Amino acid sequence: MLPLFDKIKENVLESQVKKSIFRVGIPNTDRKRVLIMLGNVFLHLHPTKVRTSGVKLRYTWCAGGLSFFLFLVLTLTGVLLMFYYRPTVDLAYTDMVDIREQVPFGIMRELHRWSAHAMVIMVMLHMFRVFMTGSYKPPREFNWVIGVILLVLTFLLSFTGYLLPWDQLAIWAITVGSNMAKATPFLGAGGPGAEFLQLNGVPLIHAGDDARFLLIGAKELGGITLNRFYVLHCILIPLVAIIFMAVHFWRIRKDGGISGPM
Amino acid sequence: MDTIIHWLKEVINYFSYPSWSFSMFAICFISALFIRRIWTRQGLVLFLLAVTLGGWAALKDENFNTTLLKPDNAPIFLMVYGFGICLFVAMMQAHNNDRRMEQKLPPAEKETSDQKTWVWPDLVYIELLCMILCTVGLVVWSLTVRAPLEEPANPGNTPNPSKAPWYFLGLQELLVYFDPWCAGVVMPSIIVIGLMAIPYIDVNPKGNGYYCFKDRRLAILTFMTGFFIMWNFLIPIGTVLRGPGWNFFGPFEKWTPHKVVALTNVNLSEYVWVRWLYPMGNWLHLNWMSGGLPVTDNTLSLHNLWQVFKKEFLGIGFLVFWFLYLPGAMARGWLRGFYEKLGFGRYSVAIFLFLTMALVPLKMYGRWLANLKYIVDTPWIKF
Repeated sequence: MLPLFDKIKENVLESQVKKSIFRVGIPNTDRKRVLIMLGNVFLHLHPTKVRTSGVKLRYTWCAGGLSFFLFLVLTLTGVLLMFYYRPTVDLAYTDMVDIREQVPFGIMRELHRWSAHAMVIMVMLHMFRVFMTGSYKPPREFNWVIGVILLVLTFLLSFTGYLLPWDQLAIWAITVGSNMAKATPFLGAGGPGAEFLQLNGVPLIHAGDDARFLLIGAKELGGITLNRFYVLHCILIPLVAIIFMAVHFWRIRKDGGISGPM
Repeated sequence: MDTIIHWLKEVINYFSYPSWSFSMFAICFISALFIRRIWTRQGLVLFLLAVTLGGWAALKDENFNTTLLKPDNAPIFLMVYGFGICLFVAMMQAHNNDRRMEQKLPPAEKETSDQKTWVWPDLVYIELLCMILCTVGLVVWSLTVRAPLEEPANPGNTPNPSKAPWYFLGLQELLVYFDPWCAGVVMPSIIVIGLMAIPYIDVNPKGNGYYCFKDRRLAILTFMTGFFIMWNFLIPIGTVLRGPGWNFFGPFEKWTPHKVVALTNVNLSEYVWVRWLYPMGNWLHLNWMSGGLPVTDNTLSLHNLWQVFKKEFLGIGFLVFWFLYLPGAMARGWLRGFYEKLGFGRYSVAIFLFLTMALVPLKMYGRWLANLKYIVDTPWIKF
């Protein structure tokens, strides 16, 4: 048996197929540890070596990494949910009920929702950690700014997703939120200063063209709002977030890797 | 025993009112940051025990149970534990490093920061473990707690209270004290801009890349005030203590839509013209003083602008004092060193953000202590 086992092992580990995918093999030498980091598109996000102090969990809490991981979980579960969810006033809620009731042991929606809440918390924790270690100080100032943008995008992602179940919780939470846009100074129909923006007595800012209208696509929450939030939630904001994440991660490397005392 | 518990609940209900709970939390939190004995492992264990046992005991109460266990409140638990534990982890290391630096030792991070570790296997395995633990946590959470799904959307049936998603409830809570343009638009924008400005305002080179407290007190206290006392404390307040009509309900109080709260809020201008100047004018026989509130409309005529200014002179004067006089006075006074380090431009931005942030609790106290409604109430903008 043993020679056969060795033979199989050799065939698997030394095969052309395996070598064409994993060029380095088991990284048991320093040279291979460098090569595996450089030769893998996902791993090469990292350098080959990092400050020992920065690896420690009590320093980073892995908060940034977990924020990104939660984003990936949300992307995966979100895509799966998109197979079953149709963003129309008639179907959205019934699709939700179907996802909930018709799938045995189905937890995709639970995973998506709880991951979303966890991501909001994790991103805030990451910001807190970066503040407490003073990691926003030179040369990492700009990456902190990118991070704040990512925090806002996280809130927007969660906020736009909140409407999609089209239940009472959803539409009233979004009503409360989007009513704020009505109060935008100058650009909201109910906001201070809007009355001054008029042409020959015709108001330029009214309920049909103000900031709230831009957000929800109508004067009242409705099908077009659902569609708008769906596109924002599934396409536009994730795309923007991915671009900012790319810059964020790249800048970590360019600004000297994980922070540490000089 | 039952009477004691009942009495205890009444006391907690009473002191949960934002004016009390906010003040007590702010004072306890800020002073706790300075006390080293708190930020130890024992402290963390005690904190977790207190939260868990306290929460468990409180959940025995029917009203608190229904309020707290509403479908979408699950993140509140994660928030309390997550932020609590992380605060301890951060402050433990900060005080530890402070202690080391007092003994002329470098911060603990320095001991290994000059060494390098292979990313494979040391870092990638830590990341893998974190991902696995996170996944396990999420799966367990998803299996045990169902995602909320209420009745189908019905635009004709407004739930009372209507609440924004939980992470915006701090801002919604501020709607009690500020108009929507302020609490809903301007303040969030200023928060975002202020966060972005932090690296350019904080020019203190110390504390870069390690935990510390002593060398960065002003920065950390400012951030913690905004992050914990205002943003993170007001979220549970808005979640648990605000019921129908956005009225205040103690944690053990039943949410009833019939609770009537007298609206007795008064503008600053009314204090000035009606409550102070009117009796004084009568007494001194001065007609301009005892005329009551100056009459205004919303035209932009010079006369009306003067009337508005006259009516609101104290509020406008206060804002001028706050944003124009104070920065200069502080730059010459106790913030002189800060001003010289930052220069005029950065100092102006920093002090504007700082004073704006301070204005939020200031107006909240105005409401609690004097039923203050608006500091400045013009026909066009109310603050």
